[in-house]
Amino acid sequence: MNKMKLEFLSRSENEAFARASSAAFAALLDPTVEELTEIKTAVSEAVSNAVIHAYAGLESGVITLEMTVHDDRRLIISVEDSGCGILDIPQAREPLYTTKQDEERSGMGFTVMESFTDRMEVVSAPGKGTRVTMLKQLDGVNEF
Amino acid sequence: MDIKFKAENGILTALLSGELDHHSAAEIRGVVDQSIITFQAKYLIFDFQGVNFMDSAGIGVVMGRYNRMKELGGQVFIIHCSEYVDRILEMAGVYTIVKRSNSQQEALQWIQEKKNVQEVEA
Repeated sequence: MNKMKLEFLSRSENEAFARASSAAFAALLDPTVEELTEIKTAVSEAVSNAVIHAYAGLESGVITLEMTVHDDRRLIISVEDSGCGILDIPQAREPLYTTKQDEERSGMGFTVMESFTDRMEVVSAPGKGTRVTMLKQLDGVNEF
Repeated sequence: MDIKFKAENGILTALLSGELDHHSAAEIRGVVDQSIITFQAKYLIFDFQGVNFMDSAGIGVVMGRYNRMKELGGQVFIIHCSEYVDRILEMAGVYTIVKRSNSQQEALQWIQEKKNVQEVEA
Protein backbone atom coordinates (compact mmCIF):
# COMPACT_ATOMS: atom_id res chain seq x y z
CA MET A 1 0.00 0.00 0.00
CA ASN A 2 1.35 3.40 -1.02
CA LYS A 3 -0.02 6.89 -0.60
CA MET A 4 0.68 10.48 -1.53
CA LYS A 5 -0.88 13.81 -0.64
CA LEU A 6 -0.19 17.01 -2.51
CA GLU A 7 -1.40 20.54 -1.80
CA PHE A 8 -1.19 23.41 -4.23
CA LEU A 9 -2.79 26.75 -4.99
CA SER A 10 -5.84 27.08 -7.22
CA ARG A 11 -3.90 28.54 -10.14
CA SER A 12 -4.65 27.17 -13.59
CA GLU A 13 -0.97 26.58 -14.34
CA ASN A 14 -1.00 24.01 -11.54
CA GLU A 15 -3.37 21.83 -13.54
CA ALA A 16 -0.43 20.52 -15.57
CA PHE A 17 1.59 20.01 -12.39
CA ALA A 18 -1.24 18.00 -10.82
CA ARG A 19 -1.47 15.82 -13.94
CA ALA A 20 2.25 15.19 -14.04
CA SER A 21 2.34 14.34 -10.32
CA SER A 22 -0.56 11.93 -10.60
CA ALA A 23 1.10 10.24 -13.55
CA ALA A 24 4.42 9.98 -11.73
CA PHE A 25 2.79 8.36 -8.73
CA ALA A 26 0.61 6.03 -10.80
CA ALA A 27 3.70 5.03 -12.79
CA LEU A 28 4.89 3.11 -9.75
CA LEU A 29 2.21 0.56 -10.64
CA ASP A 30 3.48 0.18 -14.17
CA PRO A 31 0.14 1.01 -15.79
CA THR A 32 -0.52 0.93 -19.52
CA VAL A 33 -0.16 4.14 -21.51
CA GLU A 34 -3.93 4.27 -21.81
CA GLU A 35 -4.48 3.88 -18.06
CA LEU A 36 -1.97 6.62 -17.38
CA THR A 37 -3.67 8.99 -19.81
CA GLU A 38 -7.04 8.23 -18.26
CA ILE A 39 -5.71 8.98 -14.79
CA LYS A 40 -4.13 12.26 -15.93
CA THR A 41 -7.33 13.31 -17.65
CA ALA A 42 -9.53 12.50 -14.66
CA VAL A 43 -7.19 14.45 -12.36
CA SER A 44 -7.10 17.34 -14.84
CA GLU A 45 -10.88 17.57 -14.85
CA ALA A 46 -11.19 17.43 -11.07
CA VAL A 47 -8.48 20.02 -10.49
CA SER A 48 -9.89 22.30 -13.20
CA ASN A 49 -13.28 22.12 -11.51
CA ALA A 50 -11.72 23.23 -8.24
CA VAL A 51 -9.93 26.13 -9.96
CA ILE A 52 -12.90 27.28 -12.02
CA HIS A 53 -15.88 26.50 -9.83
CA ALA A 54 -14.84 25.90 -6.23
CA TYR A 55 -12.67 28.98 -6.05
CA ALA A 56 -14.24 30.83 -8.98
CA GLY A 57 -10.90 32.04 -10.26
CA LEU A 58 -9.49 32.98 -6.86
CA GLU A 59 -5.86 31.90 -7.01
CA SER A 60 -5.20 31.59 -3.30
CA GLY A 61 -7.44 28.61 -2.67
CA VAL A 62 -5.89 25.30 -1.67
CA ILE A 63 -6.48 22.12 -3.66
CA THR A 64 -5.46 18.75 -2.26
CA LEU A 65 -4.70 15.76 -4.47
CA GLU A 66 -4.47 12.45 -2.67
CA MET A 67 -3.72 9.09 -4.20
CA THR A 68 -3.70 5.69 -2.57
CA VAL A 69 -2.54 2.52 -4.20
CA HIS A 70 -3.48 -0.88 -2.87
CA ASP A 71 -1.65 -4.16 -3.44
CA ASP A 72 -4.44 -5.43 -5.67
CA ARG A 73 -3.69 -2.52 -8.06
CA ARG A 74 -6.70 -0.55 -6.95
CA LEU A 75 -6.03 3.16 -7.25
CA ILE A 76 -8.02 5.69 -5.23
CA ILE A 77 -7.72 9.32 -6.33
CA SER A 78 -9.29 12.20 -4.47
CA VAL A 79 -9.31 15.92 -5.18
CA GLU A 80 -10.50 18.15 -2.41
CA ASP A 81 -11.09 21.86 -2.00
CA SER A 82 -12.55 24.20 0.60
CA GLY A 83 -14.34 26.31 -1.95
CA CYS A 84 -17.97 27.25 -2.45
CA GLY A 85 -19.37 23.72 -2.67
CA ILE A 86 -22.05 22.30 -4.94
CA LEU A 87 -25.73 22.95 -4.31
CA ASP A 88 -27.20 20.23 -6.51
CA ILE A 89 -24.76 17.37 -7.07
CA PRO A 90 -26.90 15.22 -9.43
CA GLN A 91 -27.46 18.27 -11.62
CA ALA A 92 -23.74 19.09 -11.64
CA ARG A 93 -23.02 15.53 -12.73
CA GLU A 94 -25.40 15.72 -15.69
CA PRO A 95 -23.53 15.65 -19.01
CA LEU A 96 -23.37 19.07 -20.63
CA TYR A 97 -24.63 20.89 -17.53
CA THR A 98 -22.45 23.89 -16.70
CA THR A 99 -22.76 27.15 -14.83
CA LYS A 100 -19.92 28.70 -16.85
CA GLN A 101 -21.16 28.60 -20.42
CA ASP A 102 -19.82 32.10 -21.02
CA GLU A 103 -16.36 30.79 -20.19
CA GLU A 104 -16.88 28.11 -22.82
CA ARG A 105 -17.03 25.25 -20.39
CA SER A 106 -18.46 22.15 -22.03
CA GLY A 107 -20.14 20.71 -18.93
CA MET A 108 -18.39 17.39 -19.58
CA GLY A 109 -15.93 17.35 -16.69
CA PHE A 110 -17.76 14.87 -14.45
CA THR A 111 -18.75 12.76 -17.45
CA VAL A 112 -15.11 12.42 -18.49
CA MET A 113 -14.07 11.57 -14.93
CA GLU A 114 -16.77 8.90 -14.74
CA SER A 115 -15.84 7.44 -18.11
CA PHE A 116 -12.18 7.12 -17.31
CA THR A 117 -12.49 5.64 -13.83
CA ASP A 118 -14.53 2.79 -12.42
CA ARG A 119 -16.41 4.70 -9.77
CA MET A 120 -16.75 8.32 -8.75
CA GLU A 121 -18.19 9.84 -5.62
CA VAL A 122 -18.83 13.53 -4.96
CA VAL A 123 -19.26 14.87 -1.45
CA SER A 124 -20.10 18.53 -1.25
CA ALA A 125 -22.38 21.16 0.25
CA PRO A 126 -22.67 24.92 -0.21
CA GLY A 127 -19.99 26.63 1.87
CA LYS A 128 -18.49 23.29 2.87
CA GLY A 129 -16.09 22.58 0.03
CA THR A 130 -15.99 19.55 -2.26
CA ARG A 131 -14.28 16.20 -2.28
CA VAL A 132 -14.30 14.08 -5.44
CA THR A 133 -13.10 10.51 -5.02
CA MET A 134 -12.44 8.16 -7.91
CA LEU A 135 -11.62 4.49 -7.96
CA LYS A 136 -9.66 2.92 -10.78
CA GLN A 137 -8.78 -0.74 -10.90
CA LEU A 138 -5.66 -1.16 -12.93
CA ASP A 139 -5.25 -4.31 -15.01
CA GLY A 140 -2.80 -7.01 -14.06
CA VAL A 141 0.86 -6.68 -14.94
CA ASN A 142 2.26 -9.10 -17.50
CA GLU A 143 5.13 -11.06 -16.13
CA PHE A 144 7.85 -12.10 -18.56
CA MET B 1 0.63 25.32 -25.83
CA ASP B 2 2.11 26.29 -29.15
CA ILE B 3 0.01 27.38 -32.10
CA LYS B 4 0.90 28.08 -35.72
CA PHE B 5 -1.42 29.48 -38.34
CA LYS B 6 -1.73 29.13 -42.07
CA ALA B 7 -4.32 31.09 -44.00
CA GLU B 8 -5.43 30.89 -47.61
CA ASN B 9 -8.64 31.89 -49.38
CA GLY B 10 -10.64 32.31 -46.20
CA ILE B 11 -9.44 28.98 -44.85
CA LEU B 12 -7.53 29.18 -41.59
CA THR B 13 -5.53 26.20 -40.38
CA ALA B 14 -4.46 26.21 -36.73
CA LEU B 15 -1.72 23.74 -35.90
CA LEU B 16 -1.69 23.08 -32.16
CA SER B 17 1.02 21.38 -30.17
CA GLY B 18 1.32 20.70 -26.48
CA GLU B 19 -1.32 20.20 -23.84
CA LEU B 20 -4.83 21.55 -24.33
CA ASP B 21 -6.31 22.07 -20.87
CA HIS B 22 -8.25 24.82 -19.09
CA HIS B 23 -5.09 26.85 -18.65
CA SER B 24 -3.98 26.81 -22.29
CA ALA B 25 -7.57 26.99 -23.60
CA ALA B 26 -7.88 30.59 -22.42
CA GLU B 27 -4.81 31.56 -24.46
CA ILE B 28 -5.78 29.57 -27.56
CA ARG B 29 -9.28 30.93 -27.70
CA GLY B 30 -8.18 34.57 -27.96
CA VAL B 31 -5.43 33.94 -30.48
CA VAL B 32 -7.64 31.82 -32.76
CA ASP B 33 -10.52 34.29 -32.64
CA GLN B 34 -8.20 37.14 -33.49
CA SER B 35 -6.75 35.19 -36.42
CA ILE B 36 -10.22 34.38 -37.74
CA ILE B 37 -10.86 38.11 -37.92
CA THR B 38 -7.42 39.04 -39.26
CA PHE B 39 -7.57 36.50 -42.08
CA GLN B 40 -11.31 36.88 -42.59
CA ALA B 41 -11.61 33.14 -42.37
CA LYS B 42 -14.85 31.34 -42.99
CA TYR B 43 -13.45 27.86 -42.57
CA LEU B 44 -11.30 26.75 -39.65
CA ILE B 45 -9.20 23.60 -39.64
CA PHE B 46 -7.81 22.46 -36.30
CA ASP B 47 -4.74 20.29 -36.79
CA PHE B 48 -4.34 18.29 -33.59
CA GLN B 49 -1.23 16.39 -34.65
CA GLY B 50 0.91 17.83 -31.89
CA VAL B 51 -1.72 17.73 -29.15
CA ASN B 52 -0.40 15.25 -26.63
CA PHE B 53 -3.03 15.89 -23.98
CA MET B 54 -6.57 17.18 -23.98
CA ASP B 55 -9.40 17.23 -21.47
CA SER B 56 -12.91 18.70 -21.68
CA ALA B 57 -11.48 22.21 -21.88
CA GLY B 58 -10.51 21.33 -25.43
CA ILE B 59 -14.13 20.47 -26.16
CA GLY B 60 -15.08 23.97 -25.05
CA VAL B 61 -12.49 25.57 -27.32
CA VAL B 62 -13.64 23.60 -30.36
CA MET B 63 -17.33 24.23 -29.70
CA GLY B 64 -16.74 27.91 -29.05
CA ARG B 65 -14.97 28.28 -32.36
CA TYR B 66 -17.71 26.26 -34.07
CA ASN B 67 -20.32 28.72 -32.81
CA ARG B 68 -18.25 31.57 -34.17
CA MET B 69 -17.78 30.00 -37.60
CA LYS B 70 -21.44 29.03 -37.77
CA GLU B 71 -22.35 32.71 -37.39
CA LEU B 72 -20.13 33.40 -40.40
CA GLY B 73 -21.81 30.60 -42.36
CA GLY B 74 -18.62 28.53 -42.22
CA GLN B 75 -17.45 25.25 -40.71
CA VAL B 76 -14.84 23.79 -38.38
CA PHE B 77 -12.75 20.73 -39.15
CA ILE B 78 -10.51 18.62 -36.97
CA ILE B 79 -7.65 16.66 -38.48
CA HIS B 80 -4.85 14.41 -37.24
CA CYS B 81 -6.34 13.61 -33.83
CA SER B 82 -4.75 10.95 -31.70
CA GLU B 83 -7.04 8.04 -30.88
CA TYR B 84 -7.36 9.33 -27.37
CA VAL B 85 -8.34 12.91 -28.23
CA ASP B 86 -10.74 11.43 -30.77
CA ARG B 87 -12.41 9.45 -28.03
CA ILE B 88 -13.02 12.53 -25.88
CA LEU B 89 -14.42 14.53 -28.79
CA GLU B 90 -16.65 11.62 -29.76
CA MET B 91 -17.87 11.25 -26.17
CA ALA B 92 -18.99 14.86 -26.09
CA GLY B 93 -20.82 14.56 -29.39
CA VAL B 94 -18.57 17.14 -31.00
CA TYR B 95 -18.45 15.18 -34.25
CA THR B 96 -22.17 15.51 -34.73
CA ILE B 97 -21.52 19.10 -35.74
CA VAL B 98 -17.79 19.59 -36.25
CA LYS B 99 -16.30 17.69 -39.15
CA ARG B 100 -13.58 15.12 -38.60
CA SER B 101 -11.31 14.71 -41.58
CA ASN B 102 -8.54 12.22 -42.14
CA SER B 103 -6.33 14.75 -43.82
CA GLN B 104 -5.88 18.40 -44.69
CA GLN B 105 -6.63 17.43 -48.28
CA GLU B 106 -9.95 15.87 -47.43
CA ALA B 107 -11.01 18.96 -45.48
CA LEU B 108 -9.97 21.27 -48.31
CA GLN B 109 -11.87 19.13 -50.77
CA TRP B 110 -15.04 19.38 -48.72
CA ILE B 111 -14.63 23.14 -48.50
CA GLN B 112 -14.06 23.45 -52.23
CA GLU B 113 -17.21 21.44 -52.96
CA LYS B 114 -19.16 23.65 -50.57
CA LYS B 115 -17.81 26.77 -52.28
CA ASN B 116 -18.74 25.39 -55.70
CA VAL B 117 -22.29 24.78 -54.56
CA GLN B 118 -22.52 28.29 -53.18
CA GLU B 119 -21.29 29.76 -56.44
CA VAL B 120 -23.92 27.84 -58.37
CA GLU B 121 -26.61 28.98 -55.99
CA ALA B 122 -25.56 32.61 -56.18
